[in-house]
Formats: sequence, structure tokens, C-alpha cells
Amino acid sequence: MNPYLGVELDGAGRHPAAWRLPDARPSELFGAGYWTDLARTADAAGLDFLVFADSFAPPVDGPGQTGIVRGRLDAVAIAARVAPVTSTIGLVPTATVTHTEPFHLSKAIATLDFVSLGRAGWQPSVSSTQAEADLFGRKDAAPAAVLWRELAEAVEVAVRLWDSWEDGAVIRDVATGRYVDREKLHYIDFTGEFFSVKGPSITPRSPQAHPPLVLRCDGTADEPAALPVIGRWAQVVRVAAPDLATAAEVRARVRGAVAEAGREPDSVAVLLDVETLLADSADEAQRVLGQLDGWVDGERFALPTYTQRPPTAQVVGTAAGLADLIEDAVRGRAVDGVTLIPLALPSGLRAITDGLLPLLGERGLWSDGDDGDGGVGGVGRPLRIGRQSKAAAEHPVAEHPVAEHPATLRDRFGLPRPANYFATNYAATNCAATNCAATNYAATNYSAANHSTEARA
Amino acid sequence: MSRPRKKQVHLAAHFPGVNNTTVWSDPASGSQIDFASFVHFAHTAERGLFDFLFLAEGLRLREHRGRIHDLDVVGRPDTFTVLNALAAVTTHLGLGGTINTTFNEPYEIAKQFASLDHLSGGRAAWNLVTSSDSFTGENFRRGGFLRPEQRYDRAAEILQVTKRLWDSWTPDAVRADRVSGVFVPDGAIEAVHHHGEQFDVHGRFGTPRSPQGYPVLLQSGDSDPGREFGAATADAIFSRHGTLEAGQAFFADLKGRMPRYGRHPDDLKILPAATFVLGDTPADAEERAAQVRRQQVGPQTAIAFLEQVWGRDLSAYDPDGPLPDVDPDPENVSITRGRVRHERDTVALARQWRELAESRNLSIRELIIETSARQSFIGTPAQVAEQIDSYVQADASDGFILVPHLTPGGLDEFVAKVIPELQDRGSFRTNYAGSTLRDHLFQGDTPASRDRPREPIPASRDS
Repeated sequence: MNPYLGVELDGAGRHPAAWRLPDARPSELFGAGYWTDLARTADAAGLDFLVFADSFAPPVDGPGQTGIVRGRLDAVAIAARVAPVTSTIGLVPTATVTHTEPFHLSKAIATLDFVSLGRAGWQPSVSSTQAEADLFGRKDAAPAAVLWRELAEAVEVAVRLWDSWEDGAVIRDVATGRYVDREKLHYIDFTGEFFSVKGPSITPRSPQAHPPLVLRCDGTADEPAALPVIGRWAQVVRVAAPDLATAAEVRARVRGAVAEAGREPDSVAVLLDVETLLADSADEAQRVLGQLDGWVDGERFALPTYTQRPPTAQVVGTAAGLADLIEDAVRGRAVDGVTLIPLALPSGLRAITDGLLPLLGERGLWSDGDDGDGGVGGVGRPLRIGRQSKAAAEHPVAEHPVAEHPATLRDRFGLPRPANYFATNYAATNCAATNCAATNYAATNYSAANHSTEARA
Repeated sequence: MSRPRKKQVHLAAHFPGVNNTTVWSDPASGSQIDFASFVHFAHTAERGLFDFLFLAEGLRLREHRGRIHDLDVVGRPDTFTVLNALAAVTTHLGLGGTINTTFNEPYEIAKQFASLDHLSGGRAAWNLVTSSDSFTGENFRRGGFLRPEQRYDRAAEILQVTKRLWDSWTPDAVRADRVSGVFVPDGAIEAVHHHGEQFDVHGRFGTPRSPQGYPVLLQSGDSDPGREFGAATADAIFSRHGTLEAGQAFFADLKGRMPRYGRHPDDLKILPAATFVLGDTPADAEERAAQVRRQQVGPQTAIAFLEQVWGRDLSAYDPDGPLPDVDPDPENVSITRGRVRHERDTVALARQWRELAESRNLSIRELIIETSARQSFIGTPAQVAEQIDSYVQADASDGFILVPHLTPGGLDEFVAKVIPELQDRGSFRTNYAGSTLRDHLFQGDTPASRDRPREPIPASRDS
């Protein structure tokens, strides 16, 4: 089985001094060209998805801060900006839920799905610091258990809003003067511990209906709080772990949580975070890292303080070394794939697309689908669609006609287009009122629904 | 660039909205949601050298008689996300939208507009709208807590906070100097401390200053506080279109308030919303305009409009028959929620409509068509260009926000036929001279308006 391969993009790379490398583009980090170049490179190489890092964590002044990248753009904005210039790659912005409105998040991700023709994902995350809370002034920082309970509510609201329009709600029925069939619009009437949201969304159901949810499980103190949420909602789980054995343990716990939530563990992909710094030789890679660290050490700076990330696997060496790690990871079933986090950009992305992928191809762990039956989206490269329909067992409708459509991010993960919560759960009630046939149609034929949202009467 | 001899017309393209102005029954009507529609519309506007594209916003689906209103176009995408995506398929066109100040926090808005402005190379615009309705608030954490009289307080305070955040990075903060190893020097990001009635915001802003500094700021609002707020802070006013004389009075009033705030009248553009219908001959245009109005007011829509005034269920009445014999229920004026209400004294309005219908023997639908607004500009391309230009030259406006009735092609004919007429009159640009939206709106005007002030504005309620 081929591994899933994603890349996380953040500023000039995860290493805080990476902007000083000769091929870095530090003065362009806040312009569109830098991001579209990176996204096109990853898209052309056929990578599965890009994660765009984001956080409200404010920049701080003080010793050691002048030499690091400060400032970032909104990740959903970057993902939307690169969507029209890419054609197959999944676009997964980080968007935090602690100080934001679930209603806005829901329609923003749905809209990213529209503008990317079904390639959106979402990595929801929490804001845990008082510094972030102070930027909003609505509440104080809260412990992980509270933050993850709130995240679960925000995700539930977003997903219910995605279903608050059934497919085919737009009918354009001139005879009755009705643009929309309001029987197919649903109040979500959500009331939880943290907020209540009425609905429906203002945005119709998007091409994927539910853009994949990417959640982190870092083996940290947050894990007990995160696992139930992951079990219920995640399609993709990102794991930070120092080695494959630890990653395999986290994966087992994730699969346990998924099963406990009544879902099929094989329907969730668990990916290991791997920080990468690649060069032609291991010595050269180590030399570059030494240079980067030297630039920060000179300012008595600690890397984990900046990234606020738990330590994870790191490959500072050759592409072959990284290929070895990935091969071990998937052949040993430690994880289902990796999210590569280049320490330096754009060089680190090029090293992946031009160095790593051909090696994986030689080992039978990667094919960019170049087996010659036509291109999609103008890149002249056929789609490499969902390696296996892992979710087929869970979803009886996995005969989703992917071949006739540009691949969605769900397709890549072998996930069918989901049933509509309201059409499924309230079909009986709706039948009692009117429109029984139409409702049942929506409930059973969602997977075959076309990607256009506006059925014409 | 030298100052043009003639006052220049500014035009914005309003993506068709979710109300009965937008005709969906026409075979040429396309999707209101698919990104391809937005791309078509944006390309047309940019081909026509428009100043900016505009997206309206409504954060709850409208309801009529307690149910979701199903007769008009329903459903919209997220404004920021569409505008950022459109930045990828355009190069000069300004990208503006309504973002509500009641259901958003200033720190997040500041980050989102700064991001849009960066990613579009300085083309962002923000129409500040403040709601006080709990109906929409049911979709949000905060609910609808705002008292109506606090609307402009909240708008002013959110603008104050967002401007302080945008101003908190010095323009040259990002040095990215490999030699010295300084990315951003110490002291280049000022910490913001705001403690006010509506907001408490403390900390440093996370996004460097964007190409325009601030997004172009649009406002509407016709009340006295609304006009004052606009005169003090807006770059453009999204107003209602009326007669030439009414336009001139509004124009003079708004611009007359500006010197009090140290602003030049050229620093603010007045852009009424306007509709149009074109024809090969004047008679042809009139016939097409009448046809569009019939499409906009279908039989069911006519009844729904009547119900808004009558405050009653009138579904049993024949739209092609006479007005109801029952009187309006003046107590039940909130029959439609989630939209602006037009009339207050419904009893008087009903009496007026009854007299009109009886004197001219109009059916319900004919009456509603008769009383709904005529299109702002009806005529041949040359006539429409002349009408637009005459309003602008007579200082009844600085241009218009055009609202076509068809998605996505509603602007195509205007750009093909009216823009060249305006250019022939010397009233409209023949290329984009600058790259930012501020350039489009203010280039050729006073130097002061080219760049917004880069110094932090004074904060009255600082802690």
C-alpha cells in the first residue's frame, strides 16, 4: 500500500532561522507569489495535500526574537488564494476554534471546497495561551480538557451546518416560483456547553459535503482530551512521535478511540509528522542544520519555545534516508503515511518533490499516476486516486464515480461522499409531511450526486 | 500621472444578491455559488476596468411567515474565501465585501483583511455593517445582544481597534536582512492595549502591514450618525440612488461634514447602488426593463410583498385578481425577517396602494410591479452612459455600484457597450494606472488621499 504524503508549509520553514538560507525568499513570505509557487510545485508533483499552519499566537519582543520569522497570514486565505492555480492537491488550512465563530468556520471551509472543486480539508486546533485569549478579551485561557470539549462542539456545529442544505435543495421551479425546496433546508438547533447555533448555513452543501477533518494527536498531556474527539470526528490524524515504535503506539490508541466511537478504524488515516532537512549527503544536511542552529543559538534561542510543538521524528540527511523511514513506517504498519515538515523552504519542498518521490517510486511506494490515460486540470497528469477504498466496509456506497470527476481530497483518502445527517435521520419525519420520494432520493443517492450544487428544474 | 481634465466616473460591480432583484427564472441565469460564476463576473468587471467587485453578506437565511423564504435566490459562499480565490484570477480589480461588525471580533477581522490585502497586492475593501438583530445572532456565540442605538458605537470602536492593529507594524518592519540576521527588529511591532465598551484587546498583531495599510473602507447608513461616521472615516459611501437633486443634496451634505475631520472632499467617494437595462433603441430598452420587472415580481413574490405590508397570510388570494378586501394588521410588521424593512406606516401605504389599484384597475401583481422601483438607468448604451456621466459631473455621485439582475453574465453587455461610451466621453479610465484599489479610487485626486495616514490614530478609550 502506498503511503499518504502531505507537506506542512509554515513561513520560511519550521526552523526559525531558515529565512537566512541563500535560496529562501524571506521578503516574499507575505506575498501571493511565494505561496502559489510552493503550492504549484507540490501540486505538479502529485502530493496528497498541503497543510497551512496558522495560529493567533502573537509575536513577542525581546532577546532572540529579532532573528526569527515573525508575522503570518490567515491560512484559509492562503489556501483560497492558491486553490485556483492548483488542480489536484488537497488544501488543508489550520483554523482555530477557541476564539472564533463555528458558523464562520463552517462556511469558510465549505467555500474553500467550492473554490477548489472539492479539495478542501480542515485542521481545527485550539488556542491554549492567555496571550491569545487577551487578543480577544472574551474569556481566559482554559485547560486542554475544556478546549477540546469546545473544539468537539465547534466541529459538530460545522459538520451539521455542512449538512443543513441537502443536495438538490436548489430546484428553480418556475411553476411554483420556488428557487429552493425549503424541506431540504434544516435548522441544526445545536445547543451545547459553549454555544448554541440555529442554522441553516448560508452556504449550500459543498462538492465533498464534508471536507476531511485533520486532527492532531501528539502524545502530550492533551491526548486524553483529544482522543474522544478524534475518535468521533477525524478522517486524518497527525501524530508527533520521536520514532516509529512510539508512532505505532499512538496509532493503536487512535484506532481504539475510533472503534470506541463506533466507526471503522480503517476509515481513519494516521500520519506521522516528520521534520525534514535533505541534502546530497548526510554530512551536508548536518552542516546546514548546524548553520541554522548557530544562527539561533547566537541569540540563545530554544526551538521548541518557538514552534510550540512536541518533538517529532526528524530526518536531517539524504532523500534515501527519508525514503527508508517512510518505507519502514508503512511496511511495518506503524502509520499510514507521513506529513513532511520541511525545516527550510522552498528548498525543502523541492528536495521532496525532486529527490524523495522518485526514490519512493523506485521502491514501489509512490506513483504519480503517470500511466497514460489523459490529464486532468491542465497539468497533463492523470489522477492518482485513493490508494484503496479503505472505507468501503464502513460505507456501502463506495462505488463513488470518482473517475468521472476531478479527484476530491476525500477520494484520495478512499472516503465516499457522506450521507446527509438530516436527510438520513429525519427522512421519516419528512415523509410524514410531504415530499417523501425526494427525501429518500437524497438519502440514498448522495454518492452519485454530481458535484454541481444547483440542479436545474 | 496628471490629473484628468474631467471628473472621472468610478464603478463597482455588485455580485447579484439574494433578493428579488436577481432574476433566477431566466434561462441565462447561472449558479450563485459555483466559483466559475464568480470568475466570470470578476473577469467581466476587470475587462471593464471597474474599481472593484463587491460581495454583500447576510448571515441568516431570510424568513417569511415563519418559514425560510423560498422565492428568491438563496445561499451564498463565505466572503473572505471567495475574495482571496478571486485574487488569483484577477490582477487589478479591487475585491470588497460586507463583513459584519456585530458577529466578528476585531483581531480576527484585522488579520483577515490584512491577509486579503497582502495576497491581492493591495486590493481589499471592507464594507462595515453593524447589525443589532437577535434573529441573525442565533447563529453566533455572541447572540444578538446589541442595542440598536449602540450600532455606530460598535462600528466606530471596531474600526478604531482594527486600525490600531494595522498600524502597529511599522511599514518597514520586515527587514529580512540576511547580513545582520534581523528579520523584524525589536520595537517594530507595537503592542496594542485597548479597553473599551465593546472590546478588550491586548497584545501584538500577528500580520505585517499590508500594501494598502488599511483596506478601503466602505460604509452605508443614511441616518445622521451614519453620515457623520462616514464623513469621519469612510473611503467610499454605498448609498441609495434617487433623483439628481436628492443625490446632489446627499453628496453636498456628506462632503460638507468632512472638513471637520480634517479631510478633503476628494478623500471620499459617493457610490450609490444602481440597476440598469440596455436596449438597441429607447423603446427596446423600456420593453426589456418591463420584462425584467415582471421576472422580478412573479405571482408568488407579488403575494409575499403584499403580505409584508398587510402583515397577514394572503396565500388564498389570486395574484392576478384585485387587492384583498381585508385591512392590514399593523401589529404584525415583522412578517419577514432577515432583510431590511422598507415601510413603517403600513396602514397608510395599504390605503395608497388600494387607491392606485382601483384608479388604474391593477391586479395584485401589476400593482407590485408598478410600485417596485424602476431600474436606475434604462436606455441605449449611449443614453445610459450619458445618464451616469451627468450624475457624476453634476456632483450627485462619484460613480455607481452597479447591481446586475443576472448571474453571472449580467455585466457583460454593460462592459461591452457602455464602458466604451463612457471612455469616449473622457469620463472613464482606459487602463488601470495603478495597482491598488486606493490607486483606482484616488489616483489623480489630491495627494493626501493617495496614502492613508500611517501614524496610529488617537485612541480615546485607551487603558
